[in-house]
Amino acid sequence: MAKQICYQDIEVGTEITPLAKIATTRMLVQWAGASGDFNPLHYDDDFAKAVGVGAPIVHGALKRAWLGHLMTDWIGDEGKLKKLSCRYRGMDYPRKMKTMEEPCDGETWWCKGKVTKKYEEGGEHLVECEIWVENGKGEKTTPGSALVALPAGKGK
Amino acid sequence: MADGSLITDALRNLIGVNLDTMVFKVEEGAIQRYAEAIGDPNPLFNDPDFASKTKYGRLLAPPGFTGWPAKGERTLEKLVASLMKAGAPARILDGGVEFEFVEPIGAGDVLTATTKIAKVAERETSLGKTMFTTVEITFVNQKGNVVLRSWATIIQF
Repeated sequence: MAKQICYQDIEVGTEITPLAKIATTRMLVQWAGASGDFNPLHYDDDFAKAVGVGAPIVHGALKRAWLGHLMTDWIGDEGKLKKLSCRYRGMDYPRKMKTMEEPCDGETWWCKGKVTKKYEEGGEHLVECEIWVENGKGEKTTPGSALVALPAGKGK
Repeated sequence: MADGSLITDALRNLIGVNLDTMVFKVEEGAIQRYAEAIGDPNPLFNDPDFASKTKYGRLLAPPGFTGWPAKGERTLEKLVASLMKAGAPARILDGGVEFEFVEPIGAGDVLTATTKIAKVAERETSLGKTMFTTVEITFVNQKGNVVLRSWATIIQF
């Protein structure tokens, strides 16, 4: 486990430790099962073509879950995620699989963010962040924001 | 109804009405499968022994585990059916979501999710005349505490 990040460790503009993700067709099937979202838009080529998106697209909720992962990793066990929001602005297309486990070459997505505000309120040390998922071209397909409470002081 | 407005009286009448109440148990295996699907190895979401020794005392659900809008598609289907019946446009997009995490949610919790429409708005967009419905879902645990509030935006045009 990385060291605990604390309120005094960060400033407005501090970057959230980026998190890489590779969406694959396999992952989308796994996500469908785990989340209960069985919309064929995310696994059926013909269906996806018929509704006009060209090919199956990554679930918005999976990208939202990646942003949750970004934040819970960054704030550590002592931090508290209080709010998370995102908008599904751009579509993303998963990599196909080369073998059972290995994806074909292609795009890697990055979950990123930065601190936009820090303040104390109601005895809590609060930090607002702008967060997003960006695609291989560096476009923010899933922008959002988060509010966290961090332990006071400096990390050791 | 204003001339040319997408928001019918029937839609306006849906605001604030409880459209669905759903009770579900947070299962340990479901949390583990969810964390695995995200690719999140955090032991708080994966390792019940580790999690039981933390202040949370049980496997924790990752943020967003409760799904959109609540676990499974049943709530969504009901909601969309209600909107359609009230005359909403047929083409739908998921506009995004906002969560307010009030208390931790973990394995063994029994949650009651209540769904209602908080707001309906419309404006002209690149899609033409577009309707934005804010759906508010409140999750209460077995102790009667609100643990999560979420607001999802449904876009129809």
